[in-house]
Amino acid sequence: MSSTDTTLGELHPQPHREAPSYLDDGHTIASWLLTGDHKRIAMLYLISVTFFFFIGSVAAGLIRFELTSPAGVVLESETYNKIFSAHGVTMVFLFLVVAIPAVFGNFFIPLMIGARDLAFPRLNLASWYMFMTGGLCILIGYIAGGVDTGWTFYTPYSSLYSNTQVTLVLVGVFVSGFSSITTGVNFVATIHKMRAPGMTWFRLPLFVWSMYATSLLLILGTPVVAITLLLVIFERLFKLPIFSPELGGDPVLFQHLFWFYSHPAVYIMILPAFGVVSELIANFSRKRIFGYHFVAFSSIAIAGLGFLVWGHHMFVSSQSMYESVVFSLISFLVAVPSAIKIFNWTTTMYKGNIVLHSPMLYAISFLGIFTVGGLTGLFLGSIGTDVHLTATYFVVAHFHYVMVGGTMLGFLGALHYWWPKMTGRLYNDTMGKINAIIVFIGFNLTFFPQFILGWMGMPRRYHYYYFAPEFQAYHVMSSMGASVLGLGFILPAFYLTMSLINGKKASSNPWDAHGLEWQTTSPPPTSNFLETPIVMDEVYDFDPVSEHEQDMKDQAEHPSDEDQGHMPGGGHH
Amino acid sequence: MQFTNFPLSPPPASNFAPEYDAIFYVLVALTVFFSAVVGIAVIFFAVRYQKGTKADRSRPMYENLFLELTWTIVPLVLGIVMFYFGTSLYVKMRTPPKNATEIFVIGKQWMWHIQHGNGVRENNTLHVPVGRPVKLTMISQDVLHAFYIPAFRVQEHVVPGRYTQLWFTATQAGEYHLFCNMYCGTQHSEMGGKVVAMPPAEFAAWLANEGQSASPLSMDQMGAKIFNKVGCNNCHGAEDTLRAPSLYGIYGKRRVFADGTSQIADDEYLRSSILRPYDHLTAGYGETMPVYEGQLSEEDVLNLVSYMKVMGTTAANQPTSIVNRHSAPTTASGTNEATSLAVNAVQADATDPDATPTRRTGSPAVGAVAAEGRNR
Repeated sequence: MSSTDTTLGELHPQPHREAPSYLDDGHTIASWLLTGDHKRIAMLYLISVTFFFFIGSVAAGLIRFELTSPAGVVLESETYNKIFSAHGVTMVFLFLVVAIPAVFGNFFIPLMIGARDLAFPRLNLASWYMFMTGGLCILIGYIAGGVDTGWTFYTPYSSLYSNTQVTLVLVGVFVSGFSSITTGVNFVATIHKMRAPGMTWFRLPLFVWSMYATSLLLILGTPVVAITLLLVIFERLFKLPIFSPELGGDPVLFQHLFWFYSHPAVYIMILPAFGVVSELIANFSRKRIFGYHFVAFSSIAIAGLGFLVWGHHMFVSSQSMYESVVFSLISFLVAVPSAIKIFNWTTTMYKGNIVLHSPMLYAISFLGIFTVGGLTGLFLGSIGTDVHLTATYFVVAHFHYVMVGGTMLGFLGALHYWWPKMTGRLYNDTMGKINAIIVFIGFNLTFFPQFILGWMGMPRRYHYYYFAPEFQAYHVMSSMGASVLGLGFILPAFYLTMSLINGKKASSNPWDAHGLEWQTTSPPPTSNFLETPIVMDEVYDFDPVSEHEQDMKDQAEHPSDEDQGHMPGGGHH
Repeated sequence: MQFTNFPLSPPPASNFAPEYDAIFYVLVALTVFFSAVVGIAVIFFAVRYQKGTKADRSRPMYENLFLELTWTIVPLVLGIVMFYFGTSLYVKMRTPPKNATEIFVIGKQWMWHIQHGNGVRENNTLHVPVGRPVKLTMISQDVLHAFYIPAFRVQEHVVPGRYTQLWFTATQAGEYHLFCNMYCGTQHSEMGGKVVAMPPAEFAAWLANEGQSASPLSMDQMGAKIFNKVGCNNCHGAEDTLRAPSLYGIYGKRRVFADGTSQIADDEYLRSSILRPYDHLTAGYGETMPVYEGQLSEEDVLNLVSYMKVMGTTAANQPTSIVNRHSAPTTASGTNEATSLAVNAVQADATDPDATPTRRTGSPAVGAVAAEGRNR
């Protein structure tokens, strides 16, 4: 990269910087809240989703504390129900669905494809405002009495029976849903139309492929849940007979409509993490991803098949036996693309030149945990076994293995990987590694005992279990794990924040990674690239063989410097 | 506290359990196998091919159709096989035999109301014969519920506006958990009880006797029923609360009253305190307790006093308390001794005609019973 040392040296004396970074391009509050810059909007999203994650985590902590005793500790059942509902609603609608696409997708899709910005910058800003409006409605709902329906809002409980703030929270989910739709539209348009010269479809980083698949799901699925929730609001407010049998409706219809979105929503949550993990495995194995085309198309296959399996949430709901059989078969099919990904990632590491920086540790944890999460899905996709396990802690454990062990680890991996690019600062990599291990241990200690609990028959959403004290040992284990996991979520807040204060300045490419986002400065200028990049090389164009030979040569020449190469440097050139 | 109790599987007590468990453990084996393959491979590669190690990295491979097809087809075939076994079990679960005994279940916030063919009713407890197929026909009166018996591996939603069914044949006599497993509102977690599987002859006798057990209750057992039924347990728990003192071990103790006087708690004192609590108000408490004069028969009072003498001395003698819930009735063994676990409102009580509508007498409807437990 050539550097013509030009302007702005007085204000920000950085010889390598050619243009002010996006962070320095205006310091007023208005310059952030009215920005059209995808990077600033991504940072707004990062702050918002972290805040919502904090709310959801506090609720999770209360749940785990309450369950240490079979007869509860501090809460009444009514409050407990509101807490677990707040946990689910916040985590699903305000964190998991949004986090990776809106933060890292927003920030890095344009950078990775060599574009100046997303296709529709003002729509992008509008989507953040819609998200915040929805989030605010939901928070007001919590404060004004809370909601006690669970995040699934099953009718007729939600429409006619619950005396809580269901309407307000549903409005919040409805509004924030539009933010998903507009984000999806923005990504699809950007990926189709704004790729830099030479950036062909099969030179796209796999993160972009997974964002593309996610966007399709967002665009096609979200409207369905939006309309469904609107119908619940109408039934609640105007007694419009849709779902409640007392009025002449069908309660099972709600479940079909709800899961038609909410099953694909599971893939909305996990596909972005798949994308992140592809980036991490390739870049830290210093090797092109194994079976690039299979990994890319398996995302699309998941997006397609994901729309045809919603009925596996309803095997005991009174839906027809034949429906269940078909849904079960397709559910087994949708497991295959995920298996393909896992095996390809694993094989990528074979003969790589692996650097175990903290992002890679999150990716490796992800491989292990997601494999367990995916395989335990088979217990639930197989109808016969699902009958006993559905709605027990087995399900809770399964989806936390996928959502926390998958999406949340993906989020942490992405945060650690791209933090130097986003902020221009290096954090303490040793802390990052220790934290990855804390998260891995805490996670498994929290959620593995829940598999056994579910197999024993402990129902989810239970406040008390004094009538079944045999469950207590596992609940106590799980709560102990949750404290460890909590530590693993709090620590990054400290060392990442510390890096902003006293972290070393990051070079353009502190990880020696491959990809357009690493060719611009850290943090990037507002226009991303000073000149439109022209892509000449293939995706993940590493050469592990010659790199390895170079390592061997370096070692022979400077045997004492052996360990230096493992630290992320301010510059490697 | 059950910190040394790590049970690893639910009791296999129905005809479905053996086949179910076989499929379950095959899936466990597959999960362990594939997790181990991935886990070991990842760790092995991360160590062996770490930057700077002297491993052979020549001729790196980036695509291989044979490998891709292998790890597409092997999971696919395994999946289809598991699908076959799972589906075949499910079809059995959804096809009740023609000779099955039909029992009717009504779900309601937050209790199960069960009716046998000959008219015997019970709440939150389901008695079934061992070795005979039983078919449950279920409907909800309000929101969605789910009828779930882990030991039998059966579960089905109970839906308002339509009948659903499930069937099973109990294979082991015993008492098992019955749970509501579809979130249904505030007291969802307490909407449950037990399934009692009895040898056929015993069940037939139970049914013929209109659901009454043969052995009579002792006075303190009857006292315990009344204690829970009239709501003493709402305020008097294992420990003193702001509303009311604990009654554990009260008999024979000296009580100090608000006016400074005191008295030994004997039969006479206990009776008068139940019927006219403000005659001798215990120091530190306000006039919150209802006056029971005219509400309870002398027989009830005798039984209550008898219960207070033994209250709290054994697990079975603890009230199903709504206050001090950490002392709620648990059994130390952690087995399925669901005996006193009358969940929430009022448990079906075949021996006390006033407790709940177990028989077709003029007793209150199901709704009234559920309301009794919480509208205080």
